[in-house]
Formats: sequence, structure tokens, C-alpha cells
Amino acid sequence: MYNPTVARLTYRGLLGRRRAFILFALPALLIAISVVIRLLTGADDDTAANVLGGFALATMVPLIGVVAGTGAIGPEIDDGSVVYLLSKPVKRPTIIFTKLVVAVGVTAAFSAVPTLIAGFILNGNSQQIAVAYAVAAAVASVAYSAIFLLLGTVTRHAVVAGLVYALVWESLFGSLISGARTLSVQQWSLALAQRIGADGAITSDVGLPLALVLLVGVTTLATWYAGQKLRGLTLAGEE
Amino acid sequence: MSTLLIDNVSRWFGNVVAVNDVSMTVGPGVTGLLGPNGAGKSTLINMMGGFLAPSTGTVTLDGATVWRNEGVYRHIGIVPEREAMYDFLTGREFVRANAELHGLGAKEAQHALATVEMEYAQDRKIATYSKGMRQRVKMASALVHQPSVLLLDEPFNGMDPRQRMQLMELLRRMGAEGRTVLFSSHILEEVEQLAAHIEVVVAGRHAASGDFRKIRRLMTDRPHRYLVRSSDDRALAAALIADPSTAGIEVDLKEGALRVQAVDFGRFTTLLPRVARAHGIRLLTVSPSDESLESVFSYLVTA
Repeated sequence: MYNPTVARLTYRGLLGRRRAFILFALPALLIAISVVIRLLTGADDDTAANVLGGFALATMVPLIGVVAGTGAIGPEIDDGSVVYLLSKPVKRPTIIFTKLVVAVGVTAAFSAVPTLIAGFILNGNSQQIAVAYAVAAAVASVAYSAIFLLLGTVTRHAVVAGLVYALVWESLFGSLISGARTLSVQQWSLALAQRIGADGAITSDVGLPLALVLLVGVTTLATWYAGQKLRGLTLAGEE
Repeated sequence: MSTLLIDNVSRWFGNVVAVNDVSMTVGPGVTGLLGPNGAGKSTLINMMGGFLAPSTGTVTLDGATVWRNEGVYRHIGIVPEREAMYDFLTGREFVRANAELHGLGAKEAQHALATVEMEYAQDRKIATYSKGMRQRVKMASALVHQPSVLLLDEPFNGMDPRQRMQLMELLRRMGAEGRTVLFSSHILEEVEQLAAHIEVVVAGRHAASGDFRKIRRLMTDRPHRYLVRSSDDRALAAALIADPSTAGIEVDLKEGALRVQAVDFGRFTTLLPRVARAHGIRLLTVSPSDESLESVFSYLVTA
């Protein structure tokens, strides 16, 4: 199911492209904000939850997910170099699964780890807030990577579609329409954070069992469908 | 020994028919897929390589369907026309990765790089390669598993004459070894030098198939049209029409020229200056009006 060569090509492609700078810029921004807030206001649990929930989980994780998820396959399909992967006797689901593993690894490394560090800076993990948000970021990384990887295989405008989903659906609709929150990766991962954090420190609109079912279901379905899309991928000629 | 069978294959994109009911068998040896730009060659090669589903018909390799069957890539090597590769890798890393995806290793990769004589630049990033070097590394990546079928889409594009000769020699050798080698080209001379057997596609249709020399003869024997201007058009017309190599002449008053249709190409080209000289007529313009490859090919369609 996992192919180390595909993984190597994917992660080198991901970290070698120009858009990879977002992967470094956003976590750096989060940590810088955290340092400034801590210096200005001191350790405060509410502020920590606001920064980690409002910026890290709601904005940074999906954006990094878009870059890593779509970047794991989209550019190769766009420029046609994916032909070198596809003209091999390697099962298409193996290619997708491997790319998912890489995308999850990159998203988690650039979102969960900085979230944990930022949490410790903000309030020293009081009420388990840092750990809770870091776990939520890691779990969200899996679902986002699967969703955006799928987008990378179905549309040439995966980055735009991903940004619309991440910013409009997750951030805007999520805050305006309560129903939309049930269908939000952010809320599903918050359900987990709620369980880990101290009572009342973190709240989610979705119950933990439903959140886990949706997380696993969406990840599995998106990965399976991406594999199917790749099996039937059409490379149009120059003509 | 492998045979690709294209059976009643059509492919359309929306309302545009790119390939129209084509049937052909591509067997061991070198086959040239010839046709003008936009004729459907890449579409056909993409279908042969399993990267495009035929709208109707089937493409099979030794009986196995090519579309959605990754197993066929154990036997097929593909050299795509598109330039994009993993530019951030070195040539060696790229070919090695291709070998690994076939379950092979460094030894096979090195052998493939040696075959295309790219060892000298193997540790440079692909991004720094010239077009010809890229082409050769692509070739190495397709050869790494010693495939019995090799599909190449416009492989000579961007190659200098020396590289072109090297690649031709390599393809000839592979054909002689009994591999099925198919390459596409829109340049007659390229195909002439390399392939004894050709398949001609024009506007998505299979125009001709078979021995190159026969098809070449068909191409040169077709009626040729010339636009001729001279110091005395009517006298020239009268003198030319007396010879059987000329099938028809029209005096184009608007252009102030003769439109000559010749049936025997070789004879007409020596006749024209001879006749002009004998009658003291000065030739001002002699230009073939249908020499474009497209018109050569479209003649074949109706032949």
C-alpha cells in the first residue's frame, strides 16, 4: 500500500516548490503572534484558546492542508509529469495512499507541531489547551489532506477550490450558519480537543462519536475516490 | 514479441472527433506514425499507452486491454512528448526512481543511462538540461525495464542532428531485437530514415498503412500544382500542354499567372525549363502551390 519511491518524489516535490514557503511562513507567524501576545498580556487560557482555535485550527491548518494536499498531486497532473508514475505497474490506490501519507505528514509537521509550541508559549499548556489543539490539528491534517488530495485529482483548479472550502466554508459559513458546523473538519477535530482539554476550556458543536465517524468516513471515502479518479486519469495530448 | 492491436478505435472530445474509426496492428520492428500536426497522433499514442480511453473500439496489447490496466506497463515503455519531468531531481535520481517503480534498482538505471549516453550529465539537475538531454533521459526512463513495446511521441523534437542519429540508431537496434517500437512524427524525412513500415493519419483518419517506399511513391506521383509566371504565359501554356506530363493548365487572369497541374512530377520538373528556353520565354515565378505536408497527406486520404 505504501511506496517509498512515490513518497520520496512527492515530498521532494512538495518542499521544493515555491508555494512551500507558505508551509514555513504560517507556522512562523503563529509562533511570532504567540510570543508577542505572551509578552504583552501574560499567560491567559482564554487568549490561548482564541489564538489556537481562531488562527491555528481555523485558518492555518486548512491552508497548510490545501498546500500539502493539492500540492502532493496537483502540479504533477497539471504539467503531465504524473505520466512517469502512471506508466508503471504500481496500483493507483497505492500511489494515492502514499501521497496521502506524505501530505498528512507534512500538514501535521507544519501545523500540529507549531500549534503545540505556540500553545506552550501562550499559557504553558494550562488546562491541556496546547496538547488538545495540537491533537485536533493533527487529526484535522488527516481529513484535510485526504479532501484536498482528492480535489487535486478531480480539478485543475484544486488550490482555488481548496481555498474556497477552507476559508469560505470552514471559516465563514462555520461562524454564520450553525448547520454548516456539523459538516466542518474543524468542528470534528474540536470534538476531540474538547475531550482532551479541561472541562469547559474547549467546545465543539459536534459530539465526539459522530465526529470520529465523520472524520474516518470522509478520509476513507476521499482516498478511495481519489484512487478511482487516478485509475481513469486522462492525459490529453498537446493537440 | 508483442503486438498492439487498435481495433475500430474512435475518440472524440465534445464535438471534435480526434480519431475516427482507426484500426491498425503494430507489431515487432520500427513503425512510424506519420501525420501533420493535429492529425490525432498524440491521441492515438495516448490511447495505446493507456492514458486515454477510446470513445469506441478497443486497444489491446497481446490480448490484454490497455486502458485501466497498470499491469501492461511491465511491457510498455513510454516517451511522452510533454517536457515536464521532475526537474528538481538529477538525471540519475530520476531514472533511478523510474527503475524503482518497476521494482528494479540502481544497476538497471545505470545501464539505461549508459544506453542513451547520458552518464556524463547524470548528476546535474534535470532543470539544467537542454531539450535533447531531457529527451534522452526520458528515453532512459522508458528503457529501464527493457520493455517489449516502446511508444515515443515526437521523440526527435528539439534534438540536434547528432543526437537524432544516435536515437535513430538506438531505435533501429531495438526494432532489430524484436521489440515493438512505434514513434510519431510529422516530418517525412525522419520517418523515411527510420521506419520501413508506416501508418499515416490525417485529420483523425487512418489514411495509409504499409511499406514506406510504396507510400512515398504515392506521395510523389500525385498531381502537383504549380503557379507559374513568365514573359509569355499563353505561349508557355501551349508548349506545356503538348507534353503528357502536364494534365491541365488554367490561365489565371486575376493573378496574371498560369496554374499548371502536372501528373509526372519528375518529367515535368525537367520539361518546364527546357520548354521555356526553347521558346525564348523567361520564367519569372515557379512555385508549388500544394507542397504543404497537409496537402500531401490529404492526397493520400483520397488516393
